[in-house]
Amino acid sequence: MPVPVEQYLLLGAVLFVIGMLGVLLRRNAIVIFMSIELMLNAVNLTFVALARHLDSLDGQVFVFFVMTVAAAEVAIGLALIVAIFRSLGTSDVDDAHMLRG
Amino acid sequence: MSGAELFFYVLAVLAITSALAMIFTPRPVYAVLFMVVNFVAVALLYLQLEAPFLAAVQVLVYAGAIMVLFLFVVMLMGPAPAPLWEHIPAQRPLALLFAVGLLGALATAIRKGAFTPLTGTMSSAIATAGGQSQALAEHLYNRYLLPFELTSLILLVGIVGAVVLARLPRQKNPTTD
Repeated sequence: MPVPVEQYLLLGAVLFVIGMLGVLLRRNAIVIFMSIELMLNAVNLTFVALARHLDSLDGQVFVFFVMTVAAAEVAIGLALIVAIFRSLGTSDVDDAHMLRG
Repeated sequence: MSGAELFFYVLAVLAITSALAMIFTPRPVYAVLFMVVNFVAVALLYLQLEAPFLAAVQVLVYAGAIMVLFLFVVMLMGPAPAPLWEHIPAQRPLALLFAVGLLGALATAIRKGAFTPLTGTMSSAIATAGGQSQALAEHLYNRYLLPFELTSLILLVGIVGAVVLARLPRQKNPTTD
């Protein structure tokens, strides 16, 4: 008896909401960034579950593209965090307020 | 409870626990390690969903390369000070409210989806191609060839951006310039 697809979708939804909570609640830039990765990962799980449900490989191909974008995003984002850390000496997002009007 | 259900529920609990631990731990290094646990659990779920190639890529790229990069940056910045929570008034209760609301909306939508139960295995494309990876490759290099080529552009932009951002500001030195 296979697990119903709703269970996978619910798990994806729960992981996405946890990632959203991490973005909204934490102030450490690295943890916020990891929460974004968690949200991308939750969507990937949804894609794979629906690909299995619809008996189609399109969803799995999409997961590849999401992973590629996530890898490029991590490279740029971490470079930004390191640059901010070098100039301000902190990874707290509330300390980077030089552009505040 | 069948073996498949037991497998799923153990991994689901592991994934949710590690995700929560990732958010709530005050130390970034622990957060990275909890994230690796989460990615491995999701990779095992990909195996159960008949996506073995994606499971391998998930472990290699996410749990391997990306998390090592995170760990590297965390180590570069040194140990973090005390727990860093949002201190804007009303942000915490509002965040919890929106999280519960979003979860409720998603759960309702999923409940209304009325999905038919999964049957058998993924069949059509895989059987004709002679394997899961072969079927995926045929799909990727035929139907999705242009998006596939465009991802190489994204990766190139990523490399150039990271090099530009990570470069130290050029020294104003007339003797070497």
